[in-house]
Amino acid sequence: MLPAAAAAVTKEPVTRMSLRRVSLITLLLAMSASAFAGVLPDDRADVLYHLYDGGGVEIDGPSVLVRKKVGKSVSVVGNYYVDMVTSASIDVITTASPYTEERKQWSLGADYLRGNTTMRLNYTSSEESDYDAETIGFSVSQDMFGDLTTLTLGYAVGDDLVRRSDDPLFERDLDKQIYSVGLTQILTKNLISTLNFETLTEEGFLNNPYRSVRYADAGTALGYSFEPELYPNTRTSNALGIRARYFLPYRAAIEGEYRYFIDTWDIEGHTASLTYIHPWRDFTFTGKFRLHDQTGAHFYSDLFSRAQATNFRGRDKEISALTSYTFKLKVAYEFLNDDGNNWWFLKKGKISASIDMLRVDYDEFSDLTALAPIGSEPLYQLEADIIQVFVSFWY
Amino acid sequence: MKTRPVGRIALALLVLIGLSACGPIEPWVKPYERDKLADPIMALDGDAVSTSYIQHVYEAREGARGGEGAAGGGCGCN
Repeated sequence: MLPAAAAAVTKEPVTRMSLRRVSLITLLLAMSASAFAGVLPDDRADVLYHLYDGGGVEIDGPSVLVRKKVGKSVSVVGNYYVDMVTSASIDVITTASPYTEERKQWSLGADYLRGNTTMRLNYTSSEESDYDAETIGFSVSQDMFGDLTTLTLGYAVGDDLVRRSDDPLFERDLDKQIYSVGLTQILTKNLISTLNFETLTEEGFLNNPYRSVRYADAGTALGYSFEPELYPNTRTSNALGIRARYFLPYRAAIEGEYRYFIDTWDIEGHTASLTYIHPWRDFTFTGKFRLHDQTGAHFYSDLFSRAQATNFRGRDKEISALTSYTFKLKVAYEFLNDDGNNWWFLKKGKISASIDMLRVDYDEFSDLTALAPIGSEPLYQLEADIIQVFVSFWY
Repeated sequence: MKTRPVGRIALALLVLIGLSACGPIEPWVKPYERDKLADPIMALDGDAVSTSYIQHVYEAREGARGGEGAAGGGCGCN
């Protein structure tokens, strides 16, 4: 933990906690059906710099991904990823102290191709001062029907350890399992689609050890006080996503995507996006609009009527009812073409830059920094820019 | 809400076994007709390191997760 974090008596690491919780999900996402299974992925290296800036939170760092074939039927992949977090978010300035933190994650994986079957094994480890996570996943993809169809079955298991920076005796476990089924289908000469279904079960310490909920307290000047949040110990979620990409009559592509999400906390979500991809000479331009809408968890409340009002209680804005909008612009320039003329051992090189402009409107999460009378606080709104710059090489 | 993920996986396996017993199905898009599908702009997982990162951001900012597969071929990147 960095010195600033050590100095914080209470800190509010929802960003880091949330990021950690998703590592298992991203692992499964990464193991989902690729468009053309039965062929090993290209040998490729990516060096990415990422920056998230918004809502008083700044997260940046590198991600390096290297993939290489070993023989004709095995491809290995390694990834090193860092999040450097500086947080003075709405949650932090309301109930805790700003902090800085660093999270490091590495993963190793291997693909084994045998006939029309690809087997994948992947291990991911993530570490920070108060949270460790290990995940391992396995998936099998089978090409069928003249390689028009690829079916993928996946399973992953995660073992997390939650701690508190201000209490060395605090340790809680969190176990996760993901079951996934993916189907990639070539529908026409111009149209490819995917269907993905995932079930994620979690059991253990699911709430944030630093987070608090707000309850009405007439004995205080503000009219409210805070107490620790308390989440259920289990959560099961189901997500069904469908996606289709179409090659237009001229050289450009359009993609539509929709996802339905529901879980045992009564969060129900709809996510839709539309993407347009247009190449021009050695450039490729991409524009995307994404919309996400969700209901809140049944134990969420912006203001509880009294202390310990319910068995479970939470005020994490991520589990409140919200609507988010993202507009993305991306440009990629291929500075080394795949025309057979290698530069040293490199076949192809590309540099890409993108910005995602994110806005989140919370339906039930008040902005307490406005210092308005209780019950009349304005709703919070988050705006953030997400920037990525990366260089990719094929060899 | 009760869910039975193992049951769903078993059902998917049964469907797979059933499909494999159906005999050969003629591919309606021949391999030589897939040039447009092979164009890099049609790659669903074109930049896995970037796609995984942005999904990671969404999962940290929203309550929903998963179901957005095809982020890459075996990378555990995040």
